[in-house]
Amino acid sequence: MTRFRTLALLPLMAALSGCNLVVMSPSGDVASQQANLITISTLLMLLIIVPVMVLTVLFAWRYRQSNSTAKYDPDWDHSTQLELVIWAAPLLIIICLGALTWMATHLLDPYRPLDRIAAGRPVPADAKTLDVNVVALDWKWLFIYPEYGIATVNEVAAPVDRPIRFSITSSTVMNSFYIPALAGQIYAMAGMETKLHAVINEPGSFKGFSANYSGAGFSHMRFTFHGLAGDGFDKWVADIRAGGGTLDRNGYLQLERPSENEPVRRYGSVDPGLFKAIVGMCVEPGKMCMHDMAAIDAKGGLGLAGIDNVMPLMHDKRVRRGTAVLGPAPVYVAGICSTEELTGRVVESVGGPNAPIESSPISGAGLPRSSFTPISAPAPVFGPRTTANP
Amino acid sequence: MPTAMIDTSTVATHPLFGRLTLESFPYHEPIVVATFVAVVLGGIALVAALSYFRLWGYLWKEWFTTVDHKRIGIMYMVLGLIMLLRGFADAIMMRLQQAIAFGGSEGYLNAHHYDQIFTAHGVIMIFFVAMPFVTGLMNYVVPLQIGARDVSFPFLNNFSFWMTVGGAVLIMVSLFVGEFARTGWLAYPPLSNIAYSPETGVDYYIWALQIAGVGTTLSGINLICTIVKMRAPGMTMMKMPVFTWTSLCTNVLIVASFPILTATLVLLSLDRYVGTNFFTNDLGGSPMMYVNLIWIWGHPEVYILILPVFGIFSEVTSTFSGKKLFGYTSMVYATVVITILSYLVWLHHFFTMGSGASVNSFFGITTMIISIPTGAKIFNWLFTMYRGRIRYELPMMWTVAFMLTFVIGGMTGVLLAVPPADFVLHNSLFLIAHFHNVIIGGVLFGLFAGIYYWWPKAFGFRLEPFWGKVSFWCWVIGFYFAFMPLYVLGLMGVTRRLRVFEDPSLQIWFQIAAFGAVLIAAGIGAFLVQIAVSVWKRRELVDRTGDPWDGRTLEWATSSPPPDYNFAFTPMIHDNDAWWDMKKRGYKRPLGGFRAIHMPSNSGTGVILAGISVVLGFALVWYIWWLAAVSFVALLAAAIHHTFNYHRDFHIPADVVVRTENERTRLLSGQV
Repeated sequence: MTRFRTLALLPLMAALSGCNLVVMSPSGDVASQQANLITISTLLMLLIIVPVMVLTVLFAWRYRQSNSTAKYDPDWDHSTQLELVIWAAPLLIIICLGALTWMATHLLDPYRPLDRIAAGRPVPADAKTLDVNVVALDWKWLFIYPEYGIATVNEVAAPVDRPIRFSITSSTVMNSFYIPALAGQIYAMAGMETKLHAVINEPGSFKGFSANYSGAGFSHMRFTFHGLAGDGFDKWVADIRAGGGTLDRNGYLQLERPSENEPVRRYGSVDPGLFKAIVGMCVEPGKMCMHDMAAIDAKGGLGLAGIDNVMPLMHDKRVRRGTAVLGPAPVYVAGICSTEELTGRVVESVGGPNAPIESSPISGAGLPRSSFTPISAPAPVFGPRTTANP
Repeated sequence: MPTAMIDTSTVATHPLFGRLTLESFPYHEPIVVATFVAVVLGGIALVAALSYFRLWGYLWKEWFTTVDHKRIGIMYMVLGLIMLLRGFADAIMMRLQQAIAFGGSEGYLNAHHYDQIFTAHGVIMIFFVAMPFVTGLMNYVVPLQIGARDVSFPFLNNFSFWMTVGGAVLIMVSLFVGEFARTGWLAYPPLSNIAYSPETGVDYYIWALQIAGVGTTLSGINLICTIVKMRAPGMTMMKMPVFTWTSLCTNVLIVASFPILTATLVLLSLDRYVGTNFFTNDLGGSPMMYVNLIWIWGHPEVYILILPVFGIFSEVTSTFSGKKLFGYTSMVYATVVITILSYLVWLHHFFTMGSGASVNSFFGITTMIISIPTGAKIFNWLFTMYRGRIRYELPMMWTVAFMLTFVIGGMTGVLLAVPPADFVLHNSLFLIAHFHNVIIGGVLFGLFAGIYYWWPKAFGFRLEPFWGKVSFWCWVIGFYFAFMPLYVLGLMGVTRRLRVFEDPSLQIWFQIAAFGAVLIAAGIGAFLVQIAVSVWKRRELVDRTGDPWDGRTLEWATSSPPPDYNFAFTPMIHDNDAWWDMKKRGYKRPLGGFRAIHMPSNSGTGVILAGISVVLGFALVWYIWWLAAVSFVALLAAAIHHTFNYHRDFHIPADVVVRTENERTRLLSGQV
């Protein structure tokens, strides 16, 4: 039976040799280790899968009704030894696989800095990790090189054998950053930063794309990853610098608008604070960044006086493509008032002039919560929306 | 602080029609228009035929309002079959698009249409094909297997069914009015949130699942009560048939997990309707929370589908091998262990979301542990066949095909549970191949085994085997052609949900897959032909004994189809193969002493409540607030009105029972 199967598999093998199984024969060390893990796990499992399949075919054939020579034992329904084997055999394999999983998951954790650039080649002591910031946009990829002050769209490059650290985020919806030849994927999510450590061992051009459906232009959300040997990478950087072009905040706001099938773009210089602002969802001027808001909250929040201040964090709730139909109208502080006015307001809403005055808006944690109503009245539920400017 | 300009333009809602306008009807999409015309013509023909043959009254009295678990079970199966045709139409359209969209060709589907199709395919196949099939079989078989006359709450059963239909109707409406979600079948935010999906698609998704979810949850409660409280005397837990055991575990999973789905969708709808921030990018919302919550429901859901099917395979293997099931006790424990473990693995659906290595390995290893009880089950079926006398009727053919196919899917599943391997295979076509491998090779093969196995019980005649074998081979071979290339494509680094491709070397694999889909279409066609041919030849295929397969469990003790009251006398149970044991001890059917039997009455309230729910859902999708308010009040009024219905039960008079049983005696003796 097994011989037949091998024979049957031959044409399949021939067909497979004609195509490029990039996942199984990648060009980066991380992806290679992942491919090896796939092979080892599969072999481990075949130890039990193959006997099961062979036994299934064997029993199905041998105990067919027309075969009267086979033994028939209608009341045989239990055997302690057999039960032991059928629970223990899978258990043993899962113990091996589980141990392998535990080690490999920790070794190949995308957040863990590399300790080797290939099998038997530890990272050299003088190696400087290449930082690449990645932003998934609707529907193209922006790459920023903080070390070189350049940026590219739908094209990314790295020198061969130099460790790379990708810092990944998204401008809107969830995507997954994936270059099969280099390393596994990791999600790109707005307002968050994920990490991926990798290294490319062979020069060449490799495909990269989003591996998580993100809307209409998803199919075309592709880019090319270049592994560049020798001084190729320095030349690539120099070319981009020579090409000029600047990506500032306004340029980014233009770029992040939804578009499909974007060509490669290169920017010789880039706003150094841009990536941090993208992660903080505050590229638009006047917005409070997520990390600032988080820092304020960590100190106890802005208290009652700060309730209206959350609006500047508004990232894409109403500005992008749609809006909640019954939601409260957007209400936020458009101008800033003096400390005296602020104090008066807090007192007024908390409990009259005799209430203890808490004048620092930062330390509002101890404020009574009894009158927890927004200062500006909410808009009528079914009425037209207005922007209130208290 | 400078003023940030916030665009506050809102959706224009008409006081009468909400956001429904003429533009909402996709008359500019030729494919949809053609489908619509076909559906309308088919619908008119159906209505005309029903009116001509004066079947409306019959359908209403005997089927729509029935509280008989057997008829409700059959209606679930019909719903599943109809929705299978819709879900499969989506599948074959995707296969065609992916087979031709190469070398600059955009294929024949634009993104707007294609993205709806793959979302609808997933939602329909899981919620409105697999779930109705599984629920239908449980509904039909479980009360018979435990010697009960109906489920615990017969009206609730009817209501549950019609709510499931209500969800299906709302999804079908989305085909012709507005659009369906373009988010993928689990509607991850932020994409599914109002900022990125302002159209009606996600609202249809939410309300269809909420309406159907009510039905599923209530049906779960109903079947748990039935199994726990209504077993025949002598049937202790460890004497229950394995299918009943797996049904019990499945319904426990349903009751414990569907409320999570309901709550998650409530939070998403709050985000979409009133502007809360549970799953938004900003203002403290966390889309990652949604992904966690939806999979805390979603992973048990796949076991909800597969566990009853494991039960079917157990019944089929032991019946057609003419042997007791090997290792009944370990089978039961394996089922219970899988039930519990299915709650501890949800994170394996998103290893790539950035959890730490320890979290990822924990969930990877718990996932692998599930393969141990599952492996034990496979061995148990294997050793049930060992030293048996296997009759290769259709149910057994599906079972052997399942055993060979499912282990491949199981193996790739464990492979995907290794986090570093998942980093390169996640969301790839390898993953698609894997879950179709277990859902088609497991759930669907099992449902076919179950349908062929219990069909004679339900209708009193067998299904004609020739077309059944044609269907079987088309399905099995078609499955391998359709999904093995997807494993290869996954290893070539091709991800899911792509509409167009650049690399021409991929095309051949997609063409092979499309060929497989065509074979499966032939398999579905052959199945429909088989049903037609069997109905035509029902006199030749008739089963007079009620026990056509030499069965082992209680459902084979009564006639085919069973009388309304299932059993004239409640049987006494002494063994877990109750009917086999009764036959062995020379059981004599009682021929006299029949008494009147207390039964539940039919009710139309289920249809009415579900109908109003569909209107409510539609009104909410389109922001037609007055209609939502009116239908909500109507829903409450109808429910309260039902509580004043005092005609809940009746007695089947003793002479009717005597007549029915004498008829069976005549049939049985005519057989000799």
